[in-house]
Amino acid sequence: MNVLYFAWVRERIGLPREEVQSEAATVSELVDELVAREARYAAAFADRSALRVAIDQELSDFDAPLAGVREVAFFPPMTGG
Amino acid sequence: MRIVVQDAPFDLGAETAQFAAGHSNMGAVVTFTGVVRDSDAGSLEVMEIEHYPGMTERALTAIAEEAQQRWSLGDVLVIHRYGSLTHGEMIMMVATAARHRKDAFEAAEFLMDFLKSRAPFWKREVTAHGADWVAAKAEDEDALGRW
Repeated sequence: MNVLYFAWVRERIGLPREEVQSEAATVSELVDELVAREARYAAAFADRSALRVAIDQELSDFDAPLAGVREVAFFPPMTGG
Repeated sequence: MRIVVQDAPFDLGAETAQFAAGHSNMGAVVTFTGVVRDSDAGSLEVMEIEHYPGMTERALTAIAEEAQQRWSLGDVLVIHRYGSLTHGEMIMMVATAARHRKDAFEAAEFLMDFLKSRAPFWKREVTAHGADWVAAKAEDEDALGRW
């Protein structure tokens, strides 16, 4: 699936998007896999309560299942307007 | 309904005039315009606005559709910019048209409250002292509760 990062999450991880091969059942499991990879992921996901997640461009949460999902995005709380 | 996400500036007067002219049976047109504010120290050099192409348009459309379900509206316009802006520049505008002003005012406030914390935009302030992401305010999240 495509995994996208925005704002300071993108800065900490060092790239805006990547293709990730994963068998993770939920968003939380996907984050666990990413965090186990490298320190930059651990830095970005250190406080999950500070992050928001979108699945296929709809706001979701870390408990959401990933079956059939094409795109997951992680970002801080939004500051539009 | 018209949803526009662009990096270019927009002409507030022309947009408002065009929006209002299209609705001869609407007695009320309300507009809100967001302007880049200088930092308290007066040192803002650039306000960078990042967004999530695709989701941004979907989220803004969903918010506008929700407003149309809740209030009796003739039309809704949302324009939101991204990219590098300086203080005094217009970031975004919303316009609502309704037969009566109460619907137009309330819907415009609703649009702004949801647009601030449910549309995927992120602001980054660049000042003479460095750059920092603008943190979301708890009061903006709390504002959603009143709807």
